[in-house]
Amino acid sequence: MTPQPVGSLRGFGVTFRQIFRKPITQQYPEYKRPVYPRFRGRHRLHTYENGLEKCVGCSLCAAACPADCIRVVAAENTPELRVSPGERYARIYEINLSRCIFCGYCELACPFDAITLGNDYEISEYSRDDLIYTKDMLLAPPIKRTPVADAALYDTPIPYYENHS
Amino acid sequence: MREVWWVSLIKSAIIINLLLGLFAYLTLTERKVMGRMQLRYGPNRAGPFGLLQPIADLVKLVRKESFFPAAAHDLPYILAPLVSAFTALAAFSVIPFGPGWKIWRYHVTGQVVDVPIALILVFALGSIGIYGFIVGGWASESKYSLLGSMRTCAQLVSYEVSLALSVLGVVLMGQSLSLTEIVHKQQVTLWFFIPQAVGLVCFFFGGIAETSRAPFDLPEAEQELVAGYHTEYSGMRWGLFQMAEYINLITLSGLMVTLFFGGWHFPWLNGLDAYGPIWFLLKLVVILFVFIWLRTTLPRLRYDQLMRFGWKVLLPVATLNALVTALLVVLV
Repeated sequence: MTPQPVGSLRGFGVTFRQIFRKPITQQYPEYKRPVYPRFRGRHRLHTYENGLEKCVGCSLCAAACPADCIRVVAAENTPELRVSPGERYARIYEINLSRCIFCGYCELACPFDAITLGNDYEISEYSRDDLIYTKDMLLAPPIKRTPVADAALYDTPIPYYENHS
Repeated sequence: MREVWWVSLIKSAIIINLLLGLFAYLTLTERKVMGRMQLRYGPNRAGPFGLLQPIADLVKLVRKESFFPAAAHDLPYILAPLVSAFTALAAFSVIPFGPGWKIWRYHVTGQVVDVPIALILVFALGSIGIYGFIVGGWASESKYSLLGSMRTCAQLVSYEVSLALSVLGVVLMGQSLSLTEIVHKQQVTLWFFIPQAVGLVCFFFGGIAETSRAPFDLPEAEQELVAGYHTEYSGMRWGLFQMAEYINLITLSGLMVTLFFGGWHFPWLNGLDAYGPIWFLLKLVVILFVFIWLRTTLPRLRYDQLMRFGWKVLLPVATLNALVTALLVVLV
């Protein structure tokens, strides 16, 4: 490549002009960019409106998990202690978030939509032990709120092949 | 008029601290300016506008473990960064930044020491500083450091020749090796960047390579290689190498101001000479900005391009410039 003095000099103009433009940096802790509506963050367990847990302790999520980070111990529902509408409920439900790869297979495997992946991504801790989320933590609404973008913004147009098949 | 020894001592203490402060804030300015040129903010977390960032960096470096390779040769390994930092600081001592003042009944000269062969001293100290880089890589007893110091050594030695030759024209025109004399001569006649434009360009390119800045930053090349001669250094020992590099840059810019841009003088006016340090600093800042600008704009040269440019372009041009200047000085 031969030297291109004129081209190089034009480059100086380009860099100099950028000084007067506004940086495009998003100042993270102050400004949180809204996440995609289907963003896969930390898990949540759900309940019915009457307070019963959706989870019936079937362990299908644990079986589907490729990272083997879910631990379910089931127990029988009794008339005195009815936790879920099914026969059994999850006595222990733990997710080790330091192993989780956020693939979402658990929510696909779940027959009752009891577990879904939420939108929270600020889940760092000082200790690994704190990353093991218990059932109470997963059932409670998240403390930190993550901004979520309007789903309508991301509605995809009808793919070409569906109209022209 | 001679200066009292303790005046020199106080002055050198002030200058060293100013220089270190300038170094600290040069790193911040560089990161800020580079950030803005790349549409980023640069450091803006520590203090207002990130102004405390250099202090935070220093605290981090001092507290960090100074890793010591088991196979390293202790004495040269520890000495190398010290040598580099010392020579970098010492070289600035001869650069004049003012005409000299009379404070109460003591005479204060405009530089730490007024040496009649100041220019040679700067280059001599610069050459000793290179030993720090070579010995540092060698004493680490690591093949990557050794290769890095070889690369550094080859680059610095090749470009030092052109750098020294490019100022020869200035020396011939100023008819002195004393930097004060050269500055005076420029005010009497013409600032040397006009008659010595070629010399200035050669000095500039040589200077970039000598301080191993982009686009000649082969010794470090942070995007492609793991540092270079200072691969095995960490903590404040690494900090000393980094400091040496930046202070060399400041010294070199100061030398450029002194040799080509009239030193501490204000253009056209002689009455403002008493405020010399201000004008000196302003010119210095402009040149430092150009160095930073260059770094953001140009991509790094390949090693063979670097060598070819140094020996086949810069050296002949610098030599020719010196010869032509010598002829003109004798004939005109």
